[in-house]
Formats: sequence, structure tokens, C-alpha cells
Amino acid sequence: MGEAVIEVRGLRKRYGELEAVRGVDLRIERGEVFALLGPNGAGKTTTVEILEGHRDRSAGDVSVLGYDPGRHEVALKERTGVVLQQTGLEPYLTVAETVDMFRGYYPRPLPLDEMLEVVGLKEQRDQRVRRLSGGQQRRLDVAVGLAGDPELLFLDEPTTGFDPTARRGAWAMIRSLRELGKTVLLTTHYLDEAQALADRVAIMVRGEIVAEDTPAGLVAADADAVIRFRAPEGTAVPKNLGFGEREDGLMEARTTDLTRDLHTLTGWVLDEGVVIEDLTVSRLSLEDVFLRLTDEGEGEEAP
Amino acid sequence: MRAIGLALRQLKYEERSFRRNPAAAFFTIAFPLIFLVILNVIFGGGEIDTGERVISGATFYVPAIAALTVVNSCYTSVAMSWVFNRDQGVLKRIRGAPLPAWAFLFGRIAYTVILMIVLTVIVVAFGRIFYDVDIPGTTLPAVLVTLAVGAFAFCALGLAVASLVPNADAAPAVVNASILPLLFISDVFIPPDAGTPAWVEHVSSIFPVRHLSEALQTGFNPFETGAGFEPVHLGVIAAWGVAGLIVTLRFSSWEPRV
Repeated sequence: MGEAVIEVRGLRKRYGELEAVRGVDLRIERGEVFALLGPNGAGKTTTVEILEGHRDRSAGDVSVLGYDPGRHEVALKERTGVVLQQTGLEPYLTVAETVDMFRGYYPRPLPLDEMLEVVGLKEQRDQRVRRLSGGQQRRLDVAVGLAGDPELLFLDEPTTGFDPTARRGAWAMIRSLRELGKTVLLTTHYLDEAQALADRVAIMVRGEIVAEDTPAGLVAADADAVIRFRAPEGTAVPKNLGFGEREDGLMEARTTDLTRDLHTLTGWVLDEGVVIEDLTVSRLSLEDVFLRLTDEGEGEEAP
Repeated sequence: MRAIGLALRQLKYEERSFRRNPAAAFFTIAFPLIFLVILNVIFGGGEIDTGERVISGATFYVPAIAALTVVNSCYTSVAMSWVFNRDQGVLKRIRGAPLPAWAFLFGRIAYTVILMIVLTVIVVAFGRIFYDVDIPGTTLPAVLVTLAVGAFAFCALGLAVASLVPNADAAPAVVNASILPLLFISDVFIPPDAGTPAWVEHVSSIFPVRHLSEALQTGFNPFETGAGFEPVHLGVIAAWGVAGLIVTLRFSSWEPRV
């Protein structure tokens, strides 16, 4: 195992009656891009804000770069960068002044021009923050998060509200951070974002982590593939083939042994002389896994 | 050493943010100056009976507006800017950076106090040039100490009220409702010979504004023969400042309140 940059054990956060985080364990190693994925209200932001030092925890052990973030030590803040979910920048300063102000807080800041280049705000360097578009403000947030050349960067839903081009740009930027050896903790509710960027993904539902693996591992852990087809009207598909009928009339089965199960299906088709339509075989997507896990999470809570 | 440099550097950004924010700049700078001109134009040439002696209207209104300047710059502006920045997430963002909290606070308070001093100098110069109001001589140390104690107390109270205000929508109402009535009953807008009932004076003596205006009146009084220090007034103002500090330390927050 590599060096742990973040270690969390038994983290809990209670707001009155509501327990937003219910016993989270995490271990994130140096150089990883780690995605915390989950629906809105799952407790992602609460978890990340505890790690950033913005919120107190109710219980559990938290270590970030060897520090307890709850103690607000300057030495920890000098080594981390934070991009919050909502922008909070002084509206009357210019882009360059804002980045420069934050650069000054760190012992070894990145060069100003290089940062404006990375986030694509060179043209706007003398514009006031309040005159920027939403996407430009978000990119300025990222520049501010990077100002101190951090070892560890927290990105809380960095691309929410971006158009597709801006998202691709942000993704390229996050990938370049990984190449620089930075550790990134990313929260997102976009599955494709987690799949495209993360080395490892934890899926959080209702304050708990319900699955944690590489994106490929999460998909493979369940089943390798899904077989779907449409049977002609009035034809009963034998139960032993293991297919269930969906609402739209398609027959569907998940399989861990694609070759055998497909052989059984086509064998039955040829033997009986039936005509089936729309036969497809597809790999399970992260979305399928995510939806199944979040459905289960919701189900447990239902009265 | 580095932290001290960072604290001084904050002044630059405070100045720019303030200067470019027309509403804040107007309210903090123009508001007391408008009252200075209006009240002096109406009452400046007349006479005011303070109960102890008779002075010209301008001699009364220069220290009165100096008191307004302290209250307006420190209490009102500090409270408003803190709540607005807190709601905007500006404070949260700063809290995540390796800038010590005291260094940020220093920048904000020091800038406020500098602004207050400049405005007070303008007020005094205005009185001198247009109404021949005496500039404090032997009482200058007392005036400076009064301004310093007032600045401390009203900044602390501004932060205290900011920490009790739920959000930016409520800030103007709470801040103005808490201070405007006091300015009317504490010999700032209305002179002491206007027939204010004694019980109103008793009520206003609980609060720090009257003590500030009376201490400044002594400091600017041309007939004052002593050093002009008002220990009781200063004590009450300072006590309010300490109370404000305690409330601030207990309840203040850098996070937006939902």
C-alpha cells in the first residue's frame, strides 16, 4: 500500500435529528484521483467539508496529510487546495487581483500567468469578478484552489453547471493534475465524470459508502454483461433460461458467463424455431451499478 | 513576520474592494458628510445651550458628527460587510486559505479605522474652515483616546451584531433599527436643549452612543480647561466593547447560514 494522504475512520456527522454522515471509512493514497459519487443529499459535501476543516464532525478519526483538519492549522492549509461547491470571491476585485491575493497566502505559489492559462481566463484577467459568467467564475474558483500549488486538492462538484465543452476542458485539467502527482478528492453526481477521471470511486448513499472500487472493478463486481431480446407474442420463454420480462416487454438477464448463457438461449431459439428480435449483449455500465446501489439504499430506508 | 506582512497586505485588497463598491463607499463616506453639511447649514450659525454653557451650533455639531462617523464606519459598515461577505461565501473561502483569521480581521478593522480617522479629519476641517470651530489643543490626547476606545467598541459591536444576524436580507433592518434610534436620543442629531425628556436621557445613558458623543463634546469644548478625559464615559463605551467582543467570540461564524 502507498502512503495515505487521507484516512478516515468511523466518520459521523449529526445535524439535530438527521445523521448526514453515518460511519464513513476512507483511505486515499498519494497521487490518486478519488471520486466520491452519490445522489444529491447523500452526504458527499458534508464529508468533504469536514476533511477541508469547514465543518466539525460528530464522531470518528480524520487525518489529512497527517493533520486533524478540525484544528485549522495553517501548515495543513498551505498544502491543500479547496474548490468549494459555491463560489465565494470578492466581487469587486479583478481576476488577476483575486488570484494574486490568494497566491500571496501560500509559501510556494504557482505563477499567475500559468494559472490563468490553465483555467482559460487570460482574456479576462482585468475583469471584475462580478462581471464573469457562471462558468468563468467556476474556473476562477479552480485557479484559486490551485494557487498554492497544493499536494492535495478538494474539488466539490467542479463541473456542475458547465456546458459540455467546458466540462471536457475541466476534465483535461484534472487529468493534468494527476500527471503532476497531485492527489485529488472529487465529489460529483455525474457518473461519466467519475468514470472518466477517477482511479477509484466510492458510491455514497444516505450517509454511507455502499461500494468502493476502481470504476472497472465496480462494474465487474456485479455481472459481466446483460443479454436482452424481444420474444414473439405468445411465446413462453422457459424459466430455466433465467430471463425476466421488463416493463417495455424486453426479456433481460444478467450473466457472469456470457458464452454459456448465450449458447443456451440461441440453442433454445434454434431448437424451437422461434424468431426473436432486438437481441443485444451489453456490458454493465457504471450507471447500472450506481442505480442498483442507490435503489437498494433508498429501499432500506423506506418505511 | 510573514503573518504580519500578510495582515498589512490585506489592507490593499480591503481598500480596492471598498473603493469599487459604490453602495458601501457612498454610505460610509457620504452619509456622515451629508449630515454634517445639512445640520450645520440649518443650526450651525445658531446657539445651543448644553446645560452648562452656550456654544455655537457648529461647535456642537462637529463632535456630534465625529461620533456619527465612528458609529457609521465601525458599527454599521463592519456589521454589513461581514454579513454580506459571509452570505457570499467570501469568508468561508478565506477561512480555507492559510491566512490566519486574525490577519484577515486586522485588514478589515484597520482599514475601517483609517477611513474613520480620515472622515473625522474632514469633519473637523469643515468646522474650522466654514464655522471657525476650534480644533482641540490641550484636549487632543483625550479626543484621540475617545476615538480609539469608540472605534474598538463599535467595531466589536458591529461584529457582534453580525454574528447574531441570520443573513444578508436581515442585515440592513437589524443594523439600522439598532442604531438609528440611539443616534436620535443620544445628542448626535438632536442637540441637548431640544427639550428631550429626562427619562429618554436616562434610557440612552445605558447605551454607548450617548457616552461617545458626550466624551467628544468635552474634547471639542473650547472652554474646557483640563485635559478633557471622561473616564466614566470611556468606561461605559469600553464595557460595551468587551461585551461585543464576548458575543463575537462566542457566536461569530465564517460560514454562510442557510
